[in-house]
Amino acid sequence: MYALAESAPLVDPATADGTLSLLWLVVALPLAGAVVLLLGGRATDRWGHWLGTATITGSFVVSVLLFVDLLDRGEDERQVVLHLYDWIRVGGLDVGMDLLYDPLSALFLLLITGVGALIHVYSIGYMSHDPRRRRFFAYLNLFVAAMLLLVLAENYLVLFLGWEGVGLASYLLIGFWQHKPSAAAAAKKAFVINRVGDIGMALAIALLFVTFGTTSFSGVSALAGAATESTLTAIGLLLLLAACGKSAQVPLQAWLLDAMEGPTPVSALIHAATMVTAGVYLVVRSNFIFDLAPNAQTAVVAVAVVTLLWGAIIGCAKDDIKKVLAGSTMSQIGYMMLGAGLGVAGYAFAIFHLLVHGFFKANMFLGAGSVMHGMNDEVDMRRYGALRHAMPVTFLTFAMGYLAIIGFPGFSGFWSKDKLIETALADSWLVGLLALLGAGITAFYMTRLMLLTFLTSKRWRDDAHPHESPAVMTVPLIVLAALSVLGGVLLLGDWIVDWLAPVVGTAEHHEPPIPVLAVTALAVGVVAVGVALAWFLVGRHEVPVTPPQRVSLATRAARADLYGDAVNDHLVVRPGAALARGLTTADRRVVDGFFTGIAAGIGGLGRGLRRAQNGYVRSYALSVLGGGLLVVVALLAVTI
Amino acid sequence: MEFVKPTIEYAELAPLLIVFGVAVVGVVVEAFAPRPLRRPIQLTLSSAGLVAAFAATVWIASGLDVVADGAARGLVAAGGTIIVDGPTVFLWGLVLLFAAGGLMLFAERRLEGGLSAFAGQAAALPGTEAERRASSEGLDHTEVYPLMMFAVGGMLLFPASGDLLTMFIALEVLSLPLYLLCGLARRRRLLSQEAAMKYFLLGAFSSAFFLYGVALTYGFAGSMQLERIAEAVRNDGGNSELLLIGIGMLSVGLLFKVGAAPFHAWTPDVYQGAPTAVTAFMAACTKIAAFGALLRLFHVAFGANRWDWQPMLWAVAILTMLVGAVLAVAQRDVKRMLAYSSIAHTGFLLTGVLGVQATSDLAVGEITSLQAVLFYLATYGFAMVAAFGIVTLVRDAGGEATSFERWAGLGRRSPLVAGAFALLLLSMAGIPLTAGFVGKWAVFTVAMSAGAWPVVAVAIAASAIAIFFYVRQIRLMFFTEPQGEVASVVTPSLFTSSVIAVGVVGTLALGIVPGPVLDLAAHAGQFLR
Repeated sequence: MYALAESAPLVDPATADGTLSLLWLVVALPLAGAVVLLLGGRATDRWGHWLGTATITGSFVVSVLLFVDLLDRGEDERQVVLHLYDWIRVGGLDVGMDLLYDPLSALFLLLITGVGALIHVYSIGYMSHDPRRRRFFAYLNLFVAAMLLLVLAENYLVLFLGWEGVGLASYLLIGFWQHKPSAAAAAKKAFVINRVGDIGMALAIALLFVTFGTTSFSGVSALAGAATESTLTAIGLLLLLAACGKSAQVPLQAWLLDAMEGPTPVSALIHAATMVTAGVYLVVRSNFIFDLAPNAQTAVVAVAVVTLLWGAIIGCAKDDIKKVLAGSTMSQIGYMMLGAGLGVAGYAFAIFHLLVHGFFKANMFLGAGSVMHGMNDEVDMRRYGALRHAMPVTFLTFAMGYLAIIGFPGFSGFWSKDKLIETALADSWLVGLLALLGAGITAFYMTRLMLLTFLTSKRWRDDAHPHESPAVMTVPLIVLAALSVLGGVLLLGDWIVDWLAPVVGTAEHHEPPIPVLAVTALAVGVVAVGVALAWFLVGRHEVPVTPPQRVSLATRAARADLYGDAVNDHLVVRPGAALARGLTTADRRVVDGFFTGIAAGIGGLGRGLRRAQNGYVRSYALSVLGGGLLVVVALLAVTI
Repeated sequence: MEFVKPTIEYAELAPLLIVFGVAVVGVVVEAFAPRPLRRPIQLTLSSAGLVAAFAATVWIASGLDVVADGAARGLVAAGGTIIVDGPTVFLWGLVLLFAAGGLMLFAERRLEGGLSAFAGQAAALPGTEAERRASSEGLDHTEVYPLMMFAVGGMLLFPASGDLLTMFIALEVLSLPLYLLCGLARRRRLLSQEAAMKYFLLGAFSSAFFLYGVALTYGFAGSMQLERIAEAVRNDGGNSELLLIGIGMLSVGLLFKVGAAPFHAWTPDVYQGAPTAVTAFMAACTKIAAFGALLRLFHVAFGANRWDWQPMLWAVAILTMLVGAVLAVAQRDVKRMLAYSSIAHTGFLLTGVLGVQATSDLAVGEITSLQAVLFYLATYGFAMVAAFGIVTLVRDAGGEATSFERWAGLGRRSPLVAGAFALLLLSMAGIPLTAGFVGKWAVFTVAMSAGAWPVVAVAIAASAIAIFFYVRQIRLMFFTEPQGEVASVVTPSLFTSSVIAVGVVGTLALGIVPGPVLDLAAHAGQFLR
């Protein structure tokens, strides 16, 4: 059932020369920006945001040059490594500070620096009133540098360095508005949950090293075939745990919704376009492990399918525009994970979806930011409505992202999702149908978002005076909207599949059980149903300016919780909505509770243990005696 | 019975002789030099002694002969009581380096307005007229310098001991001066005296365990010499219960010194009560020396029956890491937090110790347990000395301000100091590109390849918990609004600032280019015996 046509291609890079030896600049530029801005202090306040934008733009230019150079090369010369210096070298332990540039990292470089540069430009406008704007740009630069290091690493240890770096930058940026307790709490939660993932990562690296004696991709990919399948499965599952933490996959997803407390450009860059995709990158990059561990792949698929539905259902129940988008991000990353879990047949499409998602989700997050910017930072969609007139550019660009994400024929998301669903169907009926269902739900909640925000009638607060954002914010939106529309060209003539083949291998062609065209038609049909349902439930009704008083008891109760809106009264009483609410509650109570509980539990345990630390020498001496007895007993017990 | 006069290899034992010699001369200086001259004389003597001893160590290291099988280098000195081999020399270098840092912290006088951090007159009761007079007359206990040199001498001897009796003497020689030093704080004297008392009582208690262990082991092997014990263990002389109880008793003594759970209870109280300069010295150097001795004892004397003691060390390591990490989360005081952090580090170090494997099981060039622990000790020492150095700077009217509330917002008032502290904390947390990461990586991989994956799993989980409280401290310094009275950073003299600078640079350098020091550790080879 799995495409085990051939083992994964070896990572066997040549030494970088010519233009490609400039690779280090890509990371060094934003890093230098961060260092200057953090150490420069207030002296750099006036031009700090320009410096931050310039470094990342420089990085983008270098990335394009590198990409052009790579295009010129033959297919088997497209892997190069740049050795910076020996990081840890003693005896057989040899970890170099090495950067790997190949078709996969080339695409990530373009995405991170390209979208990153646009988001930097946008932030100049978005953060213009913030007194700590310079620091914000410093953190953004730091984040980009770490993310670039993550995707350029040639071994798992350097990757881990980038991994921790993005975690740290993300923590700083989520909690950027530190005066808000909710932001501080969200940052802490993201931090705690990510630690769980990082444990998986650290264990995976340790296991890799012990099994193969190396952590470099080239070394592991050459030796992977020699390891037992159970070892590979263990490594794969640990890597999956790491990926779940970073990519907000069930069961480590709870931090992503709260992370929306950060400034909106952060949500766009980190929690939509780049960092959260690191897990997908990790799985695809480790294809030489997953290809040989089918059980681990099955686990990836299971996690992916659960997450893509989970996120989509959460998206239906939220009223906060950023949280809907966050749920949607979770769900879309589920699609990418699904692709990655499907093995050789899916890797390329996972990356394809990752790229176009980077475009349209960044577009929509920035669009949401633009709406908030014009609405006094209001995030409740019930307080929006009919904004298409006040913000035409935001509306039109957002609409492009919307059409892309629901998979409207011709838009970028259509091509990528269609391919994923098709591959999933070829693999298993059940998985394919669930992915199809997810597409329908996506269409539903995104349509609801569009209706509540840009269409329907005005429900603004009295002091709201919506206005279009300045050009420094709208120009990035326009560029991203164009990319959302046109991203599908990457699939022309199967370009992306061929391009990634040296990294992930080529799959035998599997015919899905029903004709490809039928799959496409089915997908479009499901999407149409989702849109229609949203129109029927949300858009068809006139939303009253003041909520009607003569309503049922159930509605009244619901109103106390949700802001009074007749539209959602319909949703609340429907079983589908009950499920949605149930899941959201489960998400908040059970999963959240679990992780908050870990932190609280450790604190409580600490306080309890502290009582033993009572300061009396006699009890300390007793503990020494007891410990001594235990040690002796343990020693004797082992031998007898 | 015939007594053979041992030959003493004076050249190879030079570091020991220099340090002990300086200590003895220091005592004489106290007796005969006029009071105003004592401090400069003591300071010159001690620093010259440490530098000379370090130079001698480097010289010895460069001239060690490779012994027969090629894995070890060095020689057996003083009739088999002292082993000068690669690991010994490496540990000597570390102890002397960090002792020099401790000495500079001892010498700091700018923070207390021209006085040292030590009590003017230890004999004066706290709160009495005598104490006030001692303080107003600017009295100072310059005895701390010879005391410290005695302790350093003991620390040099401890990991180099070739037999159990020497090891016990070294243990006492290093401990007794420390008990005294702990009780000499100028501020919060009762707390300091209480700490010294506790440390002494518990130390004496655990020394008794050690001594009992020596006796039992002698009963089993018929010799004090580690080599003979190893031989007896290999030949399995029958009465293995005797041996196992002996190992247990010896372990208690050593595990107490390194601060492993459940023998850790003294650590927070003593670290908090002792003058911070002493804490810095003690945290770094005692642990290095004691781990050296622990490694030699377990790897050399009991290497052959490691299957018997490894499970015990597994349990102790797991318990130590969890106790250290979990209790650190509950602390509200910087010094206590660092104390628990040092307990957690003991656990990580033990993880390295139990990663010992037979030479035949190791892949070619694979890093050994010994090398990993040696490297970890270096990373740990830099971070601890510098971190406690910074603690001495953060003060308010009552002296050092160590409670968390006082540290809130420190990053805004003194970004440089808070930044340095943050870096040291990140290293202790094991964030990549700092020394701590490479150290953790080294000990975890050796334990993993020895099959101790459950310990490594706990170690990684404990690291994750630990990151939480280190980051909380960083957040406290940089992102928390100060409430009420806050502490400020006092500008120190060159002494303290250079210690902190060296610690920070060392932490960064060992993280970014750990190669040279890792090579040194690898070059140290194996224990000779």
